[in-house]
Amino acid sequence: MSSPIRNSSHARHLLRKMQVIRSFETRVERLFKEGHLPGFVHSCAGQEATAVGVCDLLTPSDYITSTHRGHGHAIAKGVNPAAMFAELYGRETGVCRGRGGSMHVADFSVGMLGANGIVGGGFGIATGAAFAIKYQRRSDVAVCFFGDGAVNKGTFHESLNFAGVHRIPVIFVCENNRYAQFTAASRTTAVDDIAVRAAGYGVVGETLNGNELLSVLLSTDRAIKRARSGEGATLLNMYTYRFSGHYVGDAEEYRPKDEVTSSRDERDPIAIFVSYLTTEGLLSRSEIGEIFLEVEDELDRAHSFAVESPPPDPSTALDGVWTTGGPA
Amino acid sequence: MSAKKMSFGQATLEAMQFAMDEDPSIVVVGQDISWGGNFGQFRGLIDRYGPERVVDMPISESLIVALSVGASVAGLRIVASMSFVEFTLGAMDEIVNQAAKFRYMFGGQVSVPIVLRASDGIRGSSGAQHSSSLEGMFCNVPGIKIVAPSNGNDAKGLLRSAIADPDPVIYFEHKKITGQRAPVEEGDFTVPLGRARVVSEGSDLTIVSYSNMLNHALTAARIIADEDGSSVEVIDLRSIVPLDINTVAESASKTGKVLVAHESWVMGGFGAEVMAQIYETLPHRQDLRVFRMGSKTAPIPFSPQLESAVVPGVSDLVFEIRRILAE
Repeated sequence: MSSPIRNSSHARHLLRKMQVIRSFETRVERLFKEGHLPGFVHSCAGQEATAVGVCDLLTPSDYITSTHRGHGHAIAKGVNPAAMFAELYGRETGVCRGRGGSMHVADFSVGMLGANGIVGGGFGIATGAAFAIKYQRRSDVAVCFFGDGAVNKGTFHESLNFAGVHRIPVIFVCENNRYAQFTAASRTTAVDDIAVRAAGYGVVGETLNGNELLSVLLSTDRAIKRARSGEGATLLNMYTYRFSGHYVGDAEEYRPKDEVTSSRDERDPIAIFVSYLTTEGLLSRSEIGEIFLEVEDELDRAHSFAVESPPPDPSTALDGVWTTGGPA
Repeated sequence: MSAKKMSFGQATLEAMQFAMDEDPSIVVVGQDISWGGNFGQFRGLIDRYGPERVVDMPISESLIVALSVGASVAGLRIVASMSFVEFTLGAMDEIVNQAAKFRYMFGGQVSVPIVLRASDGIRGSSGAQHSSSLEGMFCNVPGIKIVAPSNGNDAKGLLRSAIADPDPVIYFEHKKITGQRAPVEEGDFTVPLGRARVVSEGSDLTIVSYSNMLNHALTAARIIADEDGSSVEVIDLRSIVPLDINTVAESASKTGKVLVAHESWVMGGFGAEVMAQIYETLPHRQDLRVFRMGSKTAPIPFSPQLESAVVPGVSDLVFEIRRILAE
């Protein structure tokens, strides 16, 4: 099997994206704990390979829908981290002008149809976007990111069924981090491997290690080819793990400590990819070090942009509820 | 302009055809849609536009709404038949958390041009789960517009506006009048959203209503005129959101007495909102008297005798108007 990594420049791009997400989330966790960010946040640190691997194969006119743990998807799809930081600070320069916040990051100009604070909220939206793509005879695809906690929502079943009936170009990507908020999947989900559910809806299902970027790239590539050629939808069950709790500040009484530690030490998707790159000679240790420094520099600037940005003018709080008209 | 006699449902069909002929990005989705829908309002669309634009949906209400949202932000305009209004409750999450909030929550990046058509109201012994009017529930949610026409002409013009509107619109079509035939203007026209209509002028009392209760109000006003010689002004709101409070307040200011009447429940209902806005708009009119009438607080019963004990009709309106005028 040929490697899905085309060359060093491709490798550099992928590693850089993963590290931007890791650094963004690390900063967000720290800033939140220090009380700088309003609201609350969910970190996707540890799940970078799913976001980056899937989105690497998408074009700006392809769509994604995301979840409450959506910073990584947004960055991977091409949303500007500076505008994301500004959004998390609730600033006017935020990607949603400070109206959305962490759980509602969206940038329609790059096909990012929104992080969604409702678990399972993205299924039907991605399905609808794929329905539109088919109707418009475009070759684009729609990807729905969701967690294992969403597979028992009615919207999962309703959307997979429709996708199966209409063979629309949608790819359902389960970032299976094994916990629905605080509850282990084994306590709430009747099947161990949720990919088997695809068969019930006439959809192709596949299970893979979502911490292995190469596996993500290979499986997603197959699913996208199938979608773009009119063969219909795929359900990808990607096992991964979140380094932090459900939200930042979660006491995490439900996860064994050694499970978390071993995940960080042994199954870190960035470390796995770095090891591959150096073994294959695609990037040297020093090149990788440089990439990481560049990322820190970029995110320093992104963060400065956010904190120096003005908050929204309170007199605009009611603007844009409706496109036209509506009560004053 | 010339008019043609047709049913309310046929009038909506004409609006759909004008819209769909003009804009190929309009797609209609819903259960049984290729068979015409539960009340025949979609009959013939499948023959004219084919199964790609008139799409039979599984009985998956949340999908119907979420798909509409997703397709609309990807460039389509969706008209979704929700069948009975009670079934929209299966998609409440998608209506309230997605459709209504998408534009604002995402900083105004997108609009969500969808129309959710739902058959509501009392048709007679349809039972508790097929007899509701839920506009009061939806008007509490910022981001959606709501219309409830009382006749075929408005049904046609309002639907044309609703489909052209960039925001999500819930379009309530009352089951009792969907098949009712009346003259409807020929050709293509719109009735703007958010504009009430003074249907009959009067000076002693104002009735504010919409949907089929408006028709009861007109009958009650005629009875009062014929039997008591009093003159009742009747206003058809037509749109619930945006609410044309100015037309209402102007009339209230003139008559000094207002009865807000609807078929939906009084408790926490839309009538209370209209009452409050009348008082807020006319704070200096200490003499103003505003009342409301709607269904009593019970699930709508099946037995015809019980149903009419819960849901107000013409005689209840006449009784209430006389009581207010006698104050």
